[in-house]
Amino acid sequence: MRHVARHVPLAVTLLACAFLLIPIIQSILAGLTVNYFRGLSSGLTLKWIGQVWQLYSGSIFLSIWLALACLVVTLVLGVPAAYVLARNPGRLSRVLEEFISLPLAIPGLALALALLQLYGSVQGFRTSWTFILVGHVLYTLPFMVRSVLSVLAAIDLKTLEEGAASLGAGPARRFIDIVVPNAMPGILAGALTVVTLSIGEFNLTWMLHTPYLKTLPVGLADSYASMRLEVASAYTLVFFVMIVPLLMAMQWASARAQRIMQ
Amino acid sequence: MSRRHFVFLCLLPLSIFTLAFLAIPLGRLILASGESDRGWGIYLQILQTPRYLSTLLQTVVVSLAVTVAALAISTTAGLYLVRNRFVGRNVLLSILTLPLAFPGVVVGFMIILLGGRQGLVNQLLPGYWVFAYSITGLFLGYLYFSIPRVLLTVMAAAEKLDPALEEAARTLGAPPWRIVVDVLLPALAPALIAAGAIAFATAMGAFGTAFTLATDIDVLPMVIYTEFTLSANIAMASALSVVLGLVTWAMLLIARSFSGGAVAAGG
Amino acid sequence: MTLTLANIAKTFPGGTKALRPTDLEIGKGEILALLGPSGCGKSTLLRIIAGLETPDPGAAIVFDGEDVTHQSVERRMIGMVFQSYALFPNMSVRGNIGYGLKMQKLSKAEIAARVDEVIDLCRLRPYADRAITALSGGQRQRVALARAMAPRPRILLLDEPLSALDAALRSHLRDELALLLRQFGITAIFVTHDQDEAMAIADRVAVMSQGEVAQIGTPEALYRNPASCFVARFVGDAMPLEGRIEHAQLHLPGGVLTLPKAADGQQVLVRAEDIRIDQNGPVTARVEAVTFLGTHYRIALSGAMTGPLFMLHAGLSAPRTGEEVRLSILPEALLVLPADRAA
Repeated sequence: MRHVARHVPLAVTLLACAFLLIPIIQSILAGLTVNYFRGLSSGLTLKWIGQVWQLYSGSIFLSIWLALACLVVTLVLGVPAAYVLARNPGRLSRVLEEFISLPLAIPGLALALALLQLYGSVQGFRTSWTFILVGHVLYTLPFMVRSVLSVLAAIDLKTLEEGAASLGAGPARRFIDIVVPNAMPGILAGALTVVTLSIGEFNLTWMLHTPYLKTLPVGLADSYASMRLEVASAYTLVFFVMIVPLLMAMQWASARAQRIMQ
Repeated sequence: MSRRHFVFLCLLPLSIFTLAFLAIPLGRLILASGESDRGWGIYLQILQTPRYLSTLLQTVVVSLAVTVAALAISTTAGLYLVRNRFVGRNVLLSILTLPLAFPGVVVGFMIILLGGRQGLVNQLLPGYWVFAYSITGLFLGYLYFSIPRVLLTVMAAAEKLDPALEEAARTLGAPPWRIVVDVLLPALAPALIAAGAIAFATAMGAFGTAFTLATDIDVLPMVIYTEFTLSANIAMASALSVVLGLVTWAMLLIARSFSGGAVAAGG
Repeated sequence: MTLTLANIAKTFPGGTKALRPTDLEIGKGEILALLGPSGCGKSTLLRIIAGLETPDPGAAIVFDGEDVTHQSVERRMIGMVFQSYALFPNMSVRGNIGYGLKMQKLSKAEIAARVDEVIDLCRLRPYADRAITALSGGQRQRVALARAMAPRPRILLLDEPLSALDAALRSHLRDELALLLRQFGITAIFVTHDQDEAMAIADRVAVMSQGEVAQIGTPEALYRNPASCFVARFVGDAMPLEGRIEHAQLHLPGGVLTLPKAADGQQVLVRAEDIRIDQNGPVTARVEAVTFLGTHYRIALSGAMTGPLFMLHAGLSAPRTGEEVRLSILPEALLVLPADRAA
């Protein structure tokens, strides 16, 4: 009895792995087999991938473009702001940090509704890719700010800056020479998180997109609803190929930032 | 340029963006919820209309069930992975954290592959086993994206535990299960509460998964979506969004007060 | 450079008076130590001179006739060595030392030449291209000094420059720092809580207490003629002798000491090294403990006064624990000072 009990945690771990992994394998196989219902015996093919490329390459490129634009915007908005929050740790800073973190807490659907009601009738904006970009920046900005903030909070930034000031460096120079280089591990981890999350964002994007502007996840939803299983699986496979390396890089960068902070 | 000017310049872009695209839109959303004939009474109407009320209850029940299941599974697996080093451990860990970056739609598709009409279970087992489009499918979908999030929070907390605590309990003669109950779980309690609150909030607000699976299950995000797109009942969609937002925000505030970590709510 | 400080005070938000109005004058090439216990305002004064803190209104900081009170730290052309060194971890040793020169927009060649010069002076040649994280504490201290000196500042400010080092290294680097500062010939102010450090390095020492300069003078003057009990205790560890004073006599439980002058209502202090074992001494005491310290013994005595009394004994042998001894103190070695305000 004791012997059996000892293996329960391992069994739970393995079952959880199986639950998460089996459908992933299924979708990879389905995306590469000629006919999923006849099984692997029907042979392997890249036909479905090719079809995905024909149908959805536009949304793949739009997603990459959006992710990069989102990265640039979150860097410009987030890094200087994180620096100010790190240098002025007070009530006001906490309130501001909490406020910009609201999009982590409020479901994307509600945020999208809010944006649509305010800007839905602004024609040039509503139909442009920048409307989706706003949603992505809203959602990813807190990750950038917090990632940079946690690294900056762990070093003695105030004294380093005083050192630079005593040597004649003004505020802008100190930011470029001292703050940014020392925040780099946090900026890198934040950047990878932003890109990963932006490429996978669906909840906001689904509400904000127009028929001419479909991102990768919107295209996925579209293929799940209207394409045969093999095409939907092949498209999911393409998504995995993009997102899994990003996820691993993101976890590596976050672990590295954590290590440096200690 | 003085330091004061520089600080101002640093905060300016973020402030403009946050004001224009977060503060004012959220204010607009709240105002819009009061713009129907019923005015602010619309919040009372949510509680008086059986359809909305049962939706709210159903969402809470599913989210609670997912929270409990994810806590049980992830704490067991997380403690096992922290306390044991073996070949393949990192592979298991990678598999368990893989779904972190999956959008809700992909998670929905994973459940369809498992339990849909053409799903694995239906193919392997005799009889007609289709659960993807029912409340079970929704539960499994939410569980799918909750396991990694809870696991990471629990493991991070478990790695910080002082091993001397457990050793002390052992020198006092405690058997393994008592160590878990008397030492590990109490020490992990803040992390478990935080992880649970995150899992609950994420499940409450999950739209993509429900969107992919949903046929006949009413959960709050789906109702908001249909009120907005199909019924064009903007005020009700806004009011429900405000309620949903308040609940998830409150849950994440609880989570933050216990752990302080940032974990993505998404799905 | 001469530095003139007038009416420097600092009240922190919340009303704490960190520094009461202080005037100070430091001559060209002089090295001044600000000595005091933690919280006495010495670091605040240094940071005000640097421009890292703003003094209360009405202050004047004058560098060689130029009023710099409202100049920001980056314009003041000061060199500063921080307690934690504040070396930039994202730059090499060379990058750190050259940073101030880069800020002065010197040419690359000139920067390289000046950096090399300082590196040689501070004997950092073998570490010039290392990362900061690869240096020992003592090496970091020298890099911090080199970095502060490279831009040829008007004044060098050092905030507890040796306190981050362990004890053995500290006494060694203390002499090295004193030598380097003399070599530079620069006006310097350094903050310390360690009297040995202040005495070894400084030309003059300003002893600070509770936000005020209690006394300023050469180390010798402070030691010989302290102006208050606080200074006597802080510089040279004088011990108060608790007893009854009648004119020029101090009545202790162990005997009566003759004072150099009438001292009614004042406080009498003595230093451990001024107490002698003397068969004809006027005070009796019992030896409680003897510690051998190499060059001398430290002896704890009881019975001489209400509390324990310590003395340093330089003989080849010491009395045993439990023995009765007689003590004498020369009247001129007794410090008669006004009693401290309640502190």
